Amino acid sequence: MSYEILGISVLWIFLYGYLIVASIDFGAGFFSYYSFITGRKHLVHNIIERYLSPVWEVTNVFLIFFMVGIIGFFPDTSYYYGTALLIPGSVAIILLALRGSYYAFSNYGSKDNKFYMFLYGATGLLIPASLSTVLTISEGGFVIEKNGKVEFLFGELLRSPYSWAVVLLSLVSVLYISSMFLTYYAAKAQDRKALEVVRGYALGWSFPTILASLLVFFAINGHNPLHFQRMLDLAWMFVASFLCFLTAVFLIWKRRGYSWAFLLVMLQFAFAFFGYGASHLPYILYPYITLYHNFTSDAMALSLVIAFIAGLLLLVPSLALLMRLFLFNASYVQGTTSKKG
Amino acid sequence: MNYDPVQYSRMLTELTLAFHIIFATIGVGVPVMIALAEWTAIKRKDPYYSLMARRWARGFVITVAVGVVTGTAIGLQLSLLWPSFMRIAGQAVALPLFLETFAFFFEAIFLGIYLYTWDRFKKPIFHFLLLIPVVLGSSASAFFITTVNAFMNTPRGFKLQNGAIVDIQPLVAMFNPATPTKVSHVLASSYMTSAFILAAIAAFSLLKKKDTLYHRKALKLTMTAALVFSVSTALIGDLSGKFLAKYQPEKLAAAEWHFDTDKKVPLVMGGILTKDNEIKYGLKIPYALSILAHGSPTAEVQGLNETPIKERPPLYVHYIFDMMVSIGVFLTLLALLYIWAQRRARKHQGRYPRWLLRLISWSGPLAMLGIECGWVYAEVGRQPWILRGYMKTAEGATTSAHVDTMLVLFCFLYILLGLTVIKVLSKLFKNNDVQDELIASGIEGGEAK
Repeated sequence: MSYEILGISVLWIFLYGYLIVASIDFGAGFFSYYSFITGRKHLVHNIIERYLSPVWEVTNVFLIFFMVGIIGFFPDTSYYYGTALLIPGSVAIILLALRGSYYAFSNYGSKDNKFYMFLYGATGLLIPASLSTVLTISEGGFVIEKNGKVEFLFGELLRSPYSWAVVLLSLVSVLYISSMFLTYYAAKAQDRKALEVVRGYALGWSFPTILASLLVFFAINGHNPLHFQRMLDLAWMFVASFLCFLTAVFLIWKRRGYSWAFLLVMLQFAFAFFGYGASHLPYILYPYITLYHNFTSDAMALSLVIAFIAGLLLLVPSLALLMRLFLFNASYVQGTTSKKG
Repeated sequence: MNYDPVQYSRMLTELTLAFHIIFATIGVGVPVMIALAEWTAIKRKDPYYSLMARRWARGFVITVAVGVVTGTAIGLQLSLLWPSFMRIAGQAVALPLFLETFAFFFEAIFLGIYLYTWDRFKKPIFHFLLLIPVVLGSSASAFFITTVNAFMNTPRGFKLQNGAIVDIQPLVAMFNPATPTKVSHVLASSYMTSAFILAAIAAFSLLKKKDTLYHRKALKLTMTAALVFSVSTALIGDLSGKFLAKYQPEKLAAAEWHFDTDKKVPLVMGGILTKDNEIKYGLKIPYALSILAHGSPTAEVQGLNETPIKERPPLYVHYIFDMMVSIGVFLTLLALLYIWAQRRARKHQGRYPRWLLRLISWSGPLAMLGIECGWVYAEVGRQPWILRGYMKTAEGATTSAHVDTMLVLFCFLYILLGLTVIKVLSKLFKNNDVQDELIASGIEGGEAK
C-alpha cells in the first residue's frame, strides 16, 4: 500500500471515529437540554451524565488529530481549505469553545444553570452543521483559484441544494446515532424509564436519517456527477449500509439485542462513510488537491506513520482501560460505585 | 485603521495565544502540583494533602476545559490565518504537531479516569499512578508544541528551492538549536507559575480566615515547590540568553538596546530610548550582558547595528524583557523569604507575618504576567520573521477579507469565557468550604458522613 493511501485511510478512520463519538456527544447534549425543558430530566439525565463526564475531553482529540494529520500528510490542504474556511471554520471554533467550556461549567461548576445547559445543548446541533461544510466544499465548485489567490464563494455555498442536504443529514444523523447509543447504554444500565424515553427518540429519528441520506445521495448527482458515478460503482457498500440500518431499527422496535443494534448503527455509518470516502478519491479538494500531487515528502510520511503506530500502541490500551472502567463496568454504569471527588 | 489581513491576523493570533497560554500554563503545571500533594498524602498518611489534591483537581477541570477549547482554536487558526506558512511548516514540523495530539490524547484519557476514580481503588497508590500519565501527557504536549515554536525561531532540517521545500529531515527540524532551552524554560516556568498560583490562593485564604492548618500545609507545599521551580527557571533563563547570543543575536540586542558590537557590555534595566538611540535613566549593571550572553565579563556581544534595519525587531521588547526578568527575580527572592519566615514561624506558633502573606497572594498573578511577558518577548523579538531567515510574517498570512470581523467575534468569546471561568471557580470554592469538607470527610472534629 502506498503512503498516500495509508495516510488518507488513517485520517478517514479517525474522522469516522470522530463522527461516532462526537455524534453521541452532540446529540446527548441536545437530549439532555430537551429533557430538561420538557420536565423529563430526572428520567434520562443520569445516564447521559454518567457516560459523558469521563469522555468529553477525548472527543475533541479525534477532531484535532484529523486536522493535524491532514496538514501533515497533505500540506496543501491547509493552504486551500485554510483560506476558504475562515468564516465557517471560525464559527465552528467558537461553537466548539462555547460547548466544551460550558459543559465543564455546568457539570463541575454551577449545576443546573439553565443558561449553561442551553448553550451546551444548542451548540451541539450547530457544530455538525458548520463542520459538515468542509465535506461540502471538498466536492468542488465553492473554491476557485484566480491569479494565485484562493477565493471562497460563500454565496454559492448558501444557494447550493447539495450543501443544505448535507447540513440536514448531519443534523438528523447526530440525533439518530446519539439516541441509538443512549438506548443501548440505558439498557445496559437497566434503567427502564430512561430506556423508554430514548428508545422513542431513536425510532423517531431513524427514518428522517435515511431520507436525508437518500437526499444527499441524489444531490451529489446534481452537484458532481463524476463523484456520483464512482459512488454507483461502490453501490454494494451503500446497500450494505441500508441493510444494517433496517436490522438495527428492527431490533430496537422489537426491544431486543440493544448492543447489536448499536453495533449495526456503527456499521451502517461505516459503510456509508467509507463508501463516500473511497469514491471521493483521488480528490481531496476537487479539482485542486489530489492524493498524489500534493503529498508530503517521503521522509515526513515515514516518520508520521511510525509516530502513528507508536501512538496507537499507547492509545489503544489506554482507551481500553477507559472503556473497561466506565463504559463496560456494570456497577459504574448502574451508578452503584462512587462518583467524582 | 485600514483593512489589512496581515495586521488583523497577527492581532487575532496574539489574542488567542495570550488567552490560551494562561490555561495552558495551568494545564502543564497544576497536574505536577496535584501529584506532589497526593504523593505527600500517601507517604505521610496525611488526609489533609489528599483533600488538597482533590480540591485542586476540582478547580483544575474547569481550567482544562477552557485550555482544551482555546487550544483547539489556535490549532485550527494556524491554518485559517496563516495558510501559506502552514504549507511550508506543515511539511517540516508535522511530526511534533502530530505527536502533540497523541500526548494530549493520552492526558485526556487518564484525566477522565483520574477524576472519576477517587475512592474506587482499595490502595490509594493506584489512583496516584493514574496521575503519572496525566503529568507526562501535559508536559509532553508542552514539549512537542514548543519544538514547533523553536523551529520557527531556528528553522532547520529542510531546504527551500524556488519556493518549494525539499530535503526534509523531521527529527532535525524538531530538535533544532532552540529546542533545549525553549522547552526547559517553558516547562520550568509553567511549574513555577502554577506553584505560585496555588500558593497565592493559600496565602489569600490565610489572610482572610486567620489560621487554618489546611492552608498552612498548602502554603508550605506550594512555596517549597515554587522555590525549586523558580531557581531552575532562572538558571535555564541564563542558558536561554546564551542561546540567543549565538543564534538570534538581534533578539537579545533588541531586548537590551545594545546597538554597537562591543566587549564588556553592561545590562540595562528600565530607562527610555531617545530618538538617536541613546539610553536615558536606565540602570546599568556592568559586564552583566557579556556574562548573560557568553558567560564571561569581557566577552564581545553583537549589537543591533549588524542587523539590516528591515530585519530588526521592534525596540519596545526591552520593557517586556525587563518585566519578565524582574518578576522572575522578585519571585525567586520571595520564595527564599518564605523559607526564612517559615523557619522563624515555627518558634512563633506557626504564624506568618501578614505583609508576607500579602506579597505571596500577589505572586500568582505576577507569575502569570511574567509568562505573558516572556511569550510576547519571544514572539515579537523574532519579528519581522515568521520563519527566521526564510519567511516574513507578512508572506504567511491569509488574504481573506473577513479577519477583522473574526477578531471582534473572538474578542467577545474570550471575554465571555474569561468572566464565566472566574465566576464558576469562585462559586465552586465558596460553596465548598475547606472546614466543612474537613469535617465531612472526618479529618477534623467529627465523624465521616
